[in-house]
Amino acid sequence: MTTHDRIQTVSRRGFLEGVFSAGALIIGATPAALLGGEADKAVWHPSVYLGLQKDGTVIIVAHRSEMGTGIRSVLPVIVADELEADWAKVKIEQAIGDEKYGSQNTDGSCSIRDFAEAMHTAGASARMVLERAAAQKWGVAVGQVKASNHVVTGPSGQKAGYGELVEIAAKLPLPKPAEVKRKDPAAYRFIGKELPTIDRDNLVMGKGTFGYDAEMPGMVYAAIERPPVMGATLTSVDDSEAKKVGGVKQTVKLDGLTQPYLFQALGGVAVIADNTWSAFEGRKKLKATWNQGPNAGYDSDAYKAKLLETAAKPQKVVRKAGDVDAVFAKGGKTHEASYYVPLLAHAAMEPPAAVASFENGKVITHAPTQNPQAVQEAVSAALGIKKQDVICHVTLLGGGFGRKSKPDYVVEAAKLSKAVGKPVKVVWNREDDLRFDYFHSVAGMYMKAAIGADGQPAAWLQRSVFPSIGNMFAKDAKYGADFEMGMGWIDNPFTIANFRAENGPAECHVRIGWMRSVSHIYHAFATHSFVDELAAQANADRVDYYLKLIGPGRVIDAEIVKQGALHKPDKRFPIDTARLRRVLEVCASRSNWANKKSGGGKGYGIVAHRSFLSYIAAMVEVEVDAAGKVKIPRVTYAIDPGRIINPDRVRSQFEGAAVFGTSIAMLGEMTAKGGVIQQKNFDTYPVARIDEAPRVVDVHIVPSSAPPAGVGEPGVPPIAPALCNAIFAATGKRIRELPLRKAKLV
Amino acid sequence: MISLKVNGVDRNFDGSPDMPLLWYLRDVLKLTGTKFSCGQGLCGSCTVHINGAAMRSCVTPMKAAAGKSITTIEGLSANGDHPVQKAWKDANVPQCGYCQPGQIMQAASLLKKTPKPTDAQIDSAMRGNLCRCGTYQRIRTAIQLAAKVMA
Repeated sequence: MTTHDRIQTVSRRGFLEGVFSAGALIIGATPAALLGGEADKAVWHPSVYLGLQKDGTVIIVAHRSEMGTGIRSVLPVIVADELEADWAKVKIEQAIGDEKYGSQNTDGSCSIRDFAEAMHTAGASARMVLERAAAQKWGVAVGQVKASNHVVTGPSGQKAGYGELVEIAAKLPLPKPAEVKRKDPAAYRFIGKELPTIDRDNLVMGKGTFGYDAEMPGMVYAAIERPPVMGATLTSVDDSEAKKVGGVKQTVKLDGLTQPYLFQALGGVAVIADNTWSAFEGRKKLKATWNQGPNAGYDSDAYKAKLLETAAKPQKVVRKAGDVDAVFAKGGKTHEASYYVPLLAHAAMEPPAAVASFENGKVITHAPTQNPQAVQEAVSAALGIKKQDVICHVTLLGGGFGRKSKPDYVVEAAKLSKAVGKPVKVVWNREDDLRFDYFHSVAGMYMKAAIGADGQPAAWLQRSVFPSIGNMFAKDAKYGADFEMGMGWIDNPFTIANFRAENGPAECHVRIGWMRSVSHIYHAFATHSFVDELAAQANADRVDYYLKLIGPGRVIDAEIVKQGALHKPDKRFPIDTARLRRVLEVCASRSNWANKKSGGGKGYGIVAHRSFLSYIAAMVEVEVDAAGKVKIPRVTYAIDPGRIINPDRVRSQFEGAAVFGTSIAMLGEMTAKGGVIQQKNFDTYPVARIDEAPRVVDVHIVPSSAPPAGVGEPGVPPIAPALCNAIFAATGKRIRELPLRKAKLV
Repeated sequence: MISLKVNGVDRNFDGSPDMPLLWYLRDVLKLTGTKFSCGQGLCGSCTVHINGAAMRSCVTPMKAAAGKSITTIEGLSANGDHPVQKAWKDANVPQCGYCQPGQIMQAASLLKKTPKPTDAQIDSAMRGNLCRCGTYQRIRTAIQLAAKVMA
């Protein structure tokens, strides 16, 4: 394995030609952790590109998608700081999709984690080569010159701007990995500061270009009537009325998909028009009939009953310590509970949209995508062209949350462009977005514990059942995939002598996909609701109970591997219960937990959960009025995501996660009858509004020297259980099924 | 023929009088700062000012906009320096930014009518504007900031 980040000057020829001008010094870098070994040396794909132009402009290529985290501003900040650049002279270019960038899939809360190190090294290497260039220019020792704020200064006060040095620097070798000297963190000018994002000012003027805003010359608009049930096929369509709508030009039939579903277009009938509204109106007039196919029997109520029934029976063991059954057989005090989290939709404010042009066997597309290389793969597979012949420009994303890592809508645009011979913009409306989502799995969980003399669990059994995301990639993936089991299930950090985790099979009747924090949502809900139930029975302070349950601070990776869990320990990011304890303690102290007394309609709930390699505790305060209406005056987070770059953008992610978690806990539920999804808009699929969201979200960042971990997702999982625990504290009502708007609290 | 004023410019429209104002702004005038999200007046992303009042352009047909003066986010200020926009920047409100033009237009209209809104008045004026990123706390802060500046 390579241990150093790989840094190298690269040629401007080829795909970088459009980004940098002639004579620029271009540096590519790949983080050591992403270098595979010999294979990578043969064909090198740097993830990070940094260029210095002769006019002094620094261009940093953002290869990650911007969906609101600030990532395309925050990663370049690291390069600029190490480079001693003047931020006003830094230009950020959004990368097109190209495997030369390495992975561009902006998901899994991994952008900073995976690329921060290489950004540091790339910036520092560029700074050092500029200093060497200046030393050569002036004939002095390199130790006598110093780069600062876009200027290198020599021993007798000589000054050279970065632009003047580019020509010499481009001919010099970069420092060897061992020679690269990063800045002393005390000298950081941007890292740890709260620079606004490069997009902020445009966004408040309505100037950001999102996928829905993208245009190509001569384009037409397409609205698609899709199969109402997953896997349904078109039997007939009468488009005569649709064609009478002003602005409608033609209709086009699209083939249905085959298994595995992947990111294929769903198929259906497209109405092509010269504006969005005409396309929508024409589509309403289509008379299509369908063969509903194998999923027409899908009923979400029956499905829920089946999930909970499966969860109540012994299933596949995915981690085991001691002998849970032997403890249960002793006949002491036990407690059991079942939990349910319904099917959920992402519902980003921007519905899917993409514009694509097919010409001479090549596709050019502008799309709001989290994963432009997946666009290349899916479009090339659908059209039978080469991946390299799909050029994907990434627009801003009006929210992603995982939905826009699945580019089915871009495939639709490309197929339609080929069919009509013009650029086509595919426009989804809200109903399309909700009905044809890659939904977050519905899940049923069963929990049982034997209560020891100290009130702590002497034995703990947890069982989860949900349709796996694996179904999108293989037919009949009945059980949870390893990555789903690794999200808040087999990585349970509690110290319990007798422990067993199980997973049961479930059928899949809709498209399933990852949504912000994925399997942690249901696993954390069951786990931390159940902890609260046990603590309530023991009449224990929740923080004390948790700390005892977590046990002494230690690294537990080896323990859980020994217990048969399919867990790959990560040396950089071990599961460290000391960090989990610490965020819980900080959260308790910052939220004044010890002095909070539930009662009189007020309640407090606290949860600590590790996800995406970050350690998060959240305390949720609720007020339940006489009519049963729930208000959330405050959420207090204590977080340890390792080292951070921009504290303001970190806090904003947690502020948002508290709202996202509130929507899940209180409001969200998708249902199906006859295989057809019932919710069509925000009236039937509500998401939290300003008066329903937590009024104040306090985010306390625990100082940490650990490597940077996830920030975008880990704020979500603790909210639903902490909120429901707070409601129990306030009302005595235990919420085991979401959303809690369906529960009667008074 | 429908005549109206958009951001101070006189316009004539000879298309369908049933076309929602939103699509006229976006597809015809290419003023894409006004956003489509729900199409039913449920989320506020398409909020513009019609004769000075915040309205949902996705459910306002062109015939209802005839003779009216429309202001979109592009027309709120020349350089993003309306007090509400400045406050939005000071509070670093936007995440993805998609709903923010609608939020800003709604907030500007609120402050025009109610220069010193209470928390409850902010709730009732802003509850029609959804933000899935969850920037509500900063939206509230920014409205309070703007109120101070405008007072």
